[in-house]
Amino acid sequence: MSTPFYVSPEQLMRDRADFARKGIARGRALVSLQYADGIVFASENPSAALHKVSEIYDRIAFAAVGRYNEFENLRIAGVRLADMRGYAYDRRDVTGRGLANAYAQTLGTIFSSGGEKPYEVELFVGEIGDSAEDDQLYRLTYDGQVVDEHGFAAIGGAAESVGGYLKERYTQGATLEDAIRLAVAALGHTDTDDREIAAKDLEVAVLDRNRTQPRKFRRIRPATLVEILSSVTTKPQVEEAKPAAVEAPAEKTVEKAGENAGDKSAEKPVADSPLAPPAEDDGEPPIAPPLD
Amino acid sequence: MSESRIPAAFMTPGTSSFADFLTAQSPELLPRHDGVPGNLSDIAPHGTTIVAATFPGGVIIAGDRRATQGNLIAERDMRKVFPSDEYSAVGIAGSAGIAVELVKLFQTELEHYEKIEGTTLSIEGKASRLSALVRGNLAMAMQGLVVVPLFVGFDPDAEKGRIYGYDPTGGRFEQTGYTGVGSGSLFAKGSLKKLYRPDLDEAGLVAVLIQALYDAADDDSATGGPDLSRRLFPLVHVITADGGRTLPDAEVAAVAENVIAGRLQRPDGPIAELEAK
Repeated sequence: MSTPFYVSPEQLMRDRADFARKGIARGRALVSLQYADGIVFASENPSAALHKVSEIYDRIAFAAVGRYNEFENLRIAGVRLADMRGYAYDRRDVTGRGLANAYAQTLGTIFSSGGEKPYEVELFVGEIGDSAEDDQLYRLTYDGQVVDEHGFAAIGGAAESVGGYLKERYTQGATLEDAIRLAVAALGHTDTDDREIAAKDLEVAVLDRNRTQPRKFRRIRPATLVEILSSVTTKPQVEEAKPAAVEAPAEKTVEKAGENAGDKSAEKPVADSPLAPPAEDDGEPPIAPPLD
Repeated sequence: MSESRIPAAFMTPGTSSFADFLTAQSPELLPRHDGVPGNLSDIAPHGTTIVAATFPGGVIIAGDRRATQGNLIAERDMRKVFPSDEYSAVGIAGSAGIAVELVKLFQTELEHYEKIEGTTLSIEGKASRLSALVRGNLAMAMQGLVVVPLFVGFDPDAEKGRIYGYDPTGGRFEQTGYTGVGSGSLFAKGSLKKLYRPDLDEAGLVAVLIQALYDAADDDSATGGPDLSRRLFPLVHVITADGGRTLPDAEVAAVAENVIAGRLQRPDGPIAELEAK
C-alpha cells in the first residue's frame, strides 16, 4: 500500500486560487460604473452573439469574465432562479442580493470541494433602485466572495490597471455618455499604453431606470456607441486626452506593477509613452480562451 | 433564492422554455390541477368577450371587464387583455383563475426564452408556445375549466399585425382581419362583420371594436358593457412596429361615451351599407 501524498489545506487552496486566477487573467477586463440613471457595463468583446453582459430580471443584470461555458451556466441558472421566483411569488420578490448570495454559495462550494475544478470566472450582479443611492453592485470572485461595490469596479485580466484608471477619473452622477466614454477609455488603458477600442469590438449594456418598461436592461447599439464615442474625439478629448497622457505619469510616482492592491493608484510605468504603438492584438477570442 | 448551492438542474444547459423547466423542476407551480374529480365549471368565475382586428401597420385587441359565476357577476373590473411581450398581447376567455395563471406562464415563457437565447421568438413561435400551454390544460378543460385565448402580435418580417385563435385542445388558427372569443363573441363577430374595413386607421378601428363589445354586452348577459357610473371601460391594447401600448382609460372612455351617445339615438348601432361600394 502506497502512502498518499500529504498536501496541506493551505497549499491546496492556494493552488486552486492560482489556477482560477490564471484562467481569469487570460481574458480582458470588464467594467461596471454607476451613472446618474443606473449602471453601465462595458467590456471588449468582438462577438456580437456571445455576450458577457446579460439581463437577468426587471432591474437585475449579470456581467462576467472568464470561461464562457462556466459563466454561461451561472447566467442561465440566474435567469431560471429569477423567473421561477418571480413566477411563484411576485416580480418584486426577485432581488439582486438574493441572486448574488445564490452565486456566492455555488462558487464557494465548488471552490472548496475537492471533487470539482474551481470555476475560472468573476462576475457582477447589478441591481438598480429608484434612485442612485438604492443601486447595488456586487462583485463575486471565483471562490464565492461577495464584495459590495460602490461607484465603479473592474473584473478580469487587467482589472487592476483598469480599476486604477477608473478610481482617478470616476465622478458620481455622470451622464450615460460620459460614463460610457470613461468605461471604454478605462478598458483601453494598460500599464504600458492607452489604446482606442473600436466600437464594433465593444459590448456595452445598461440598467436604465428611466426606461418606461418594467424591464430596465438595454444594450447600447453599435451605431449609438459610435456616436457616443466619436463625440469624445471632437470635443471633450481635448481635455480628456491630455491629462491621460501627460498628467498621470507626471503626478504619480512609479510603482512596481502588480504590487499595489489594484485601486490604490493608477500605475504608470516610466516606459509608458504616448507615442508607443498600441499593443498588438493578442488574438483573444470573443470570450475567455479555453485552457490549454 | 436558495440559501445554498444552486441545484444542478438550474445550471444544466438544455431547454430555453420556462414551462418545460417548470414541468421538470416544480410541476406544482403549473396552472394544472389534474386528477380533481367532477365537473368544476361552476366553482370559478368566467371571463367573457375579447375582440381583435388588424389595421394597416398593426393590430388591436380589446376586452370587456366582466367575469361571471353562474348567473352572478363575479367581477366588474377584471383584466382579460394582457401584453405578453413588447410586440404581442393575449386576451382570455373561459375559467378566469386558470386563464390568468396561463397568461402569467406565457409571459414568463416569452421573456425567459428572450433572456436565455438572446433573441425573441418569431410570431409563429410565440403562437405555437401558447398552443402547448393551452393543450396542457386539456384535462382541466374536460372538467369544465376551459381556457381559450386570443393571441395578437406584430410580425416584423411581414410588417403587419397577426391574430391567432385557439381551441381548447391547443389548435391554433390564424385569423384574417378580425375575430372574437368568449360567450359574447357571436354577437361581437356579427357586429364586426358589418363594421370592419381593412383600411380603417387606428382610431377608427378602436371605435369599431368598442361598438362590437357594446353589441356583445347588449345581447350576452355575461359580457359587461361600458360602466359609466363606475367609470369602467373596456381594455384596449394597440400593437404596431413601435411596440405595444394599452390605451389610457380616458381615451377609451371618450370613444365609449361617443358609442353610447350614438346608441341613445339608435339602440342597434350604426347601419351598414346595403350595396357594395
